[in-house]
Amino acid sequence: MYTLSNVSKTYKQSSRTVHALTDVNLSIGDGQHVAIQGPTGGGKSTLLQMLGGLDRPSSGTVMLGDAELSRLPDRRLAGIRAKEIGFVFQGFNLIPTLTAQQNVETALEPLGISGEQRSKRAADALASVGLADRGSHLPSELSGGQQQRVAIARALVKEPDVLLADEPTGNLDEETRDEIMELLEGMHRDRGLTLVVVTHDSSIARRAERRLVIKHGAVKEV
Amino acid sequence: MFFTYLRRELAGRRRQTAIIATGMALAIALVIIVTSISAGVKNAQAKVLESVYGVGTDITVTQTPTAPTTANGGRQQFQFGSGEGQTTDGTTTVSRSRLTSGPGTATFDATELATVSGVKNVSAAAATLSLRNVTFSGQLPQRRQSGTDTGATGGQTAPTDGTQAPQGGPDGAGGSAFDVNSFTVLGLDPAADAIGPLSAVTLADGRSLAKSDDGKAVAVLDADYATSASLAVGGTIDIGGTTFTIVGTVASNTADSASASNVYIPLDMAQSLSGETGKVSTVYVKAASSTDIDQVQADIQKAVPNSTVSTQADLASSVSGSLATASSLVAGLGLWLSIAVLAAAFLIAILFTISGVTRRTREFGTLKAIGWSNRRVVGQVAGESVVQGLIGGVLGIVIGIVGVVIINVIQPTLTGGASQSSFAGGRGGAGGTGAAAGTGSTGESTRGTGGGFSGRGFGEAARAAAATTNVVLNAPVTLSILVIAVALAVLGGLLAGAFGGWRAARLRPAEALRSVA
Ligand SMILES: Nc1ncnc2c1ncn2[C@@H]1O[C@H](COP(=O)(O)OP(=O)(O)OP(=O)(O)O)[C@@H](O)[C@H]1O
Ligand SMILES: [Mg+2]
Repeated sequence: MYTLSNVSKTYKQSSRTVHALTDVNLSIGDGQHVAIQGPTGGGKSTLLQMLGGLDRPSSGTVMLGDAELSRLPDRRLAGIRAKEIGFVFQGFNLIPTLTAQQNVETALEPLGISGEQRSKRAADALASVGLADRGSHLPSELSGGQQQRVAIARALVKEPDVLLADEPTGNLDEETRDEIMELLEGMHRDRGLTLVVVTHDSSIARRAERRLVIKHGAVKEV
Repeated sequence: MFFTYLRRELAGRRRQTAIIATGMALAIALVIIVTSISAGVKNAQAKVLESVYGVGTDITVTQTPTAPTTANGGRQQFQFGSGEGQTTDGTTTVSRSRLTSGPGTATFDATELATVSGVKNVSAAAATLSLRNVTFSGQLPQRRQSGTDTGATGGQTAPTDGTQAPQGGPDGAGGSAFDVNSFTVLGLDPAADAIGPLSAVTLADGRSLAKSDDGKAVAVLDADYATSASLAVGGTIDIGGTTFTIVGTVASNTADSASASNVYIPLDMAQSLSGETGKVSTVYVKAASSTDIDQVQADIQKAVPNSTVSTQADLASSVSGSLATASSLVAGLGLWLSIAVLAAAFLIAILFTISGVTRRTREFGTLKAIGWSNRRVVGQVAGESVVQGLIGGVLGIVIGIVGVVIINVIQPTLTGGASQSSFAGGRGGAGGTGAAAGTGSTGESTRGTGGGFSGRGFGEAARAAAATTNVVLNAPVTLSILVIAVALAVLGGLLAGAFGGWRAARLRPAEALRSVA
């Protein structure tokens, strides 16, 4: 699935240069469940950006299948994100003015799926996360766990190959945390998608088949 | 999705929508009101000009006035010989009327009419001679033999029959009562009725001048003047010492206004009585089409050197009174206020849109992260701005139309005077230089009964006598104003959308991962 070769990422902040990733070599197989841990500022989110085609490395190459994410133009990257990659964020990142149903539909918008088909798929996705009856609710009318379920439905409605999650349970209580993790792991099992989860939580990390730790921009297997 | 998202954004962020739309609405309303008043003032000016220059006059040609070269050039003088007037009971009554082109009026050769008519795209031309008739009448006390008049008191000896003679000074020049009466006279070609001042009037009584009136002492009077001078059709009026028969009265087409002149007479009569034989003061020109006016103006200027060739637009600047104030107010303050408020509204829309995009950084980053193209995100931002502008535009049209309706209900009246160019240069002559020598030839010696009178400041009088018109301001709202208003609103929205979209386009999709603040 993923092959990263000599990936480095540096951020230049006025006078200071931050080495967020230094010479990372990594490959992730199809359908793997990978947990990424590490201290704050270690480079977890930066690595996830490289995997998700949200940003390009300062040097090195990032391959997703045959596509070289590190070299593709913005327009092509957006296309790959739209088709193949699902994102789940710590802060849910729902559009506050759109209903749950409409939020899920935003993921189908760039795929050119129109009207009836779109609303049917969005409703199915909401049902699969247990929110069949909450489609018309605004995010502000849903609990944190429910919001994250909507976000997971939005990530999965396009039937992606990869699901990237950055601390998906960071804002949730323990009980909700387990519900969400079971949901994600279920999707991984049932659909065979590749799941990469960034987490501070060792109990979550232990459930993954492969654990990585990033410290000072360097990746180590555990 | 585009419309759903847009609708939900505008409904969900009502405050921003309200502020942007309100700013835009006020600006658009102001533009509509100012444009409409400006159109109303232009119409009013055209009405005033019409009452003076006639319907359909596109261009007038006058001679550039030159400073008088002769000593008497700038003033009028009445001279009475000693045998002048009727003497009864020791008082001499004199009366003399004189028809002149007046100070400051430049005349030019009537043959220039043919030159003007020959210019390309001139469809009609007519010449007029603008004159002023001044009647001097008064009573002079008669002086006794100088030899008997030795008393230091020098008083006038009362006539023995007891009639009251005016009291005078020792030299007999005082104690006189003079009356100066003047009115404007316009000589025009009776055959050319399609253009010129008489094309803007309606017949009130009698008949208008006809072609057969050439060379006849007939006059048409302005109805208002006729009333004020107690004259009527069938009566007579003394013009330049000749008795004219009044054949008709005319009233201006515009309510509450006088027509261009007090009296209208055939051109040839005007020329011969004023001594301006073969001269005219103004040529009225109608162009074949309104698009030809500039060309006709330039060609006439070339064909008739030293002439002043004015178009309606030039003439509009000669309209005075509250109309002129309104015109300059609309053109100056109104225009700049509109531009300033419009610029402020645009700026508000731009700033609020940019700050809105900044607040939604994570939202747009997320949309980009889940695969929305830059184009789609920018289109969404621009779409929201344009709709906000349109809401403002529609609101502005409603407010603007309400404002215009209020103006039309109030019906402000504007007064406009248009002084005809031929009278414009009012210059008075030098002060009365006193007596011309009038020596008695009769036995009863009367010294100093010959009197001189020098007119002063007739130009001013003429200016004051020029037509004054009250016009009710009617502010029209045309479809084009509304189209412009909507276009401005869309432009404002697009501008704000362009800035907001530019900002949104620069957002990195990685912003989606920024930790929650
Ligand atoms: N846009 C940026 N500009 C400058 N520096 C950045 C930027 N993004 C990340 N960094 C820096 O890169 C380093 C790695 O950041 P990253 O967000 O990947 O850490 P993280 O492991 O996700 O931390 P956390 O657990 O707090 O989320 C940090 O030192 C951070 O300050
Ligand atoms: Mg992070």
